[in-house]
Amino acid sequence: MTKPNWAARAVKGTVDWIDYRLPVFTFVNHHLVEYPTPRNLNYWWNFGSLAGIVLVIMIATGIFLAMNYTPHVDFAFASVERIMRDVNYGWLMRYVHMNGGSMFFLLVYIHLFRGLYYGSYKAPREILWIIGVFLIFAMMGTAFVGYVLPWGQMSFWAATVITSMFSAIPLVGESIVNWLWGGFAVGNPTLNRFFSLHYLLPFVIFGLVFIHLWALHTHKSSNPLGVEVKDEQDTIPFHPYYTIKDTFGFGVMMVFYMAVVFFAPDMFGETINYVKANPMQTPPHIVPEWYFLPFYAILRAISFDVWFIPAKLIGVVLMGGAVGILIFMPWLDRSPVRSARFRPIYKQFFWIFLLDCLILGYVGAKPPEGALIAIGQAATFYYFFHFIVIVPLVSVLEKPRSLPASISAAVTKAPAKGAS
Amino acid sequence: MTETVTTVTTEEDEGETRRDFLLIATSAVGAVGAALAAWPFIDTMNPAADTLALASTEVDLSAIEEGQAITVVWRGKPVFIRKRTVAEIESAEKTNVADLPDPEEDAKRVQKPEWLIMVGICTHLGCIPLGQKAGDPRGEFGGWFCPCHGSHYDTSGRIRKGPAPNNLAVPPYKFVDDESIKIG
Repeated sequence: MTKPNWAARAVKGTVDWIDYRLPVFTFVNHHLVEYPTPRNLNYWWNFGSLAGIVLVIMIATGIFLAMNYTPHVDFAFASVERIMRDVNYGWLMRYVHMNGGSMFFLLVYIHLFRGLYYGSYKAPREILWIIGVFLIFAMMGTAFVGYVLPWGQMSFWAATVITSMFSAIPLVGESIVNWLWGGFAVGNPTLNRFFSLHYLLPFVIFGLVFIHLWALHTHKSSNPLGVEVKDEQDTIPFHPYYTIKDTFGFGVMMVFYMAVVFFAPDMFGETINYVKANPMQTPPHIVPEWYFLPFYAILRAISFDVWFIPAKLIGVVLMGGAVGILIFMPWLDRSPVRSARFRPIYKQFFWIFLLDCLILGYVGAKPPEGALIAIGQAATFYYFFHFIVIVPLVSVLEKPRSLPASISAAVTKAPAKGAS
Repeated sequence: MTETVTTVTTEEDEGETRRDFLLIATSAVGAVGAALAAWPFIDTMNPAADTLALASTEVDLSAIEEGQAITVVWRGKPVFIRKRTVAEIESAEKTNVADLPDPEEDAKRVQKPEWLIMVGICTHLGCIPLGQKAGDPRGEFGGWFCPCHGSHYDTSGRIRKGPAPNNLAVPPYKFVDDESIKIG
């Protein structure tokens, strides 16, 4: 690690004194300033750092919300209303926090699909990718327990439906559900522990992000061409080139995020969650938040037993497997070429897969009736068919386009034919 | 010379093996200890003593008319009590049990044919099925319909169609007299 070169003499002395004892300045210089970054990163590479910023916003707003929140079935709903009406800027904290959940998932999903398109999961970045999948699981857990805290109707029934999934486990399912609830139904013990976990899990996410970045900085960023960095010609220092690019992306993201917070704060939410939880009445139509809809559609798709395995268990396993299967992506995809730019067949299947996810999302939002049942089943089938059959087959059979010799060669010489 | 070297190597090997054994044994004991220490933490999350102190619920049935249903709370769960009509009893009893996802005779689900008493929680993912109130959808089999994921239950509370794997559960109860029951 090289030490930063300090212009101002007066600062230099102090900085050197600290850096000799705790090399924090060297560390920052190494990872955020001179850090060599591929020169050809496009805006799709902004979403990782944007998600990181939203994580910080979530933790900050969450800490201040927790100061005014009461995790008790009799007071939780009212305490959230008090935050909205009486606590100074409470409404702002809550709207930023609750829409921050949606922003976080939006950014991370784009980040994920960026990885799928440009083959970011390939060697030597498999562990980086797998930690990313763990991050998605951790985010889902955090979002779920957080959604229960306002103790509205949808909070309560989401908690009931999701925890009941564990009853699908043979033999011990019922005991596990009672253990999760701390009782025989979702109740005060459940709300208490969900609050505790909702405070804990973001720090688990923070730790995973640290490991994610550690792995990232070991082999450094991939890039839209998918050709590894060969020499200094291929890189530019992170600062100022990507600090400014990320800052611009941050501005664009905040325009959208704050537009939602100030002008349509309940756009992503369900109005029925402003009705206090009633354990004796299920709302006529329960749906999860938008970011869970594709998985919810997969859960509901299985309405038939397969041999001796009950439908409920298959639905639950497939729902978990829908995220879990991403772990195997580095090995399902055998193609030596990373970027879909040079993979004409995979590129088309990528877009079809994205469309399939959107269809699943649509089906998940609607009541399970008529043609939607069959569409949901077909889309669920295709989701797994993509990973298990299409990706391995295409990666073996497809003839990729020729790659440029290096990142800099791609711009200094004529671009590879047909590359987009 | 050769012999000496061989002897020394053997002794070292034995030493290493003994150390390996001690290391593995100590680690194993440590792992078991850690697992045992984890149990109190896990067990705090199980239902506490006050939650377990089972409250039983007594219900007066005298006010319920034929075809009417009420919902009572037992252990924090809704319990459906429906006084079935003759037609409902007949349709429940005549069903060919062998074809059902969870085959069970109607007679095994009731103590008195007119009184159907069940835990009102869908066996799929725990929603409360509709069908207790007049005007609620009752599904294709005239019993209950779960709005969450579309499970249909018949007039015996048996699953007939949809993702739920089991019939609605029958709680333990007994008739205190002809017009009242004790659940739990």
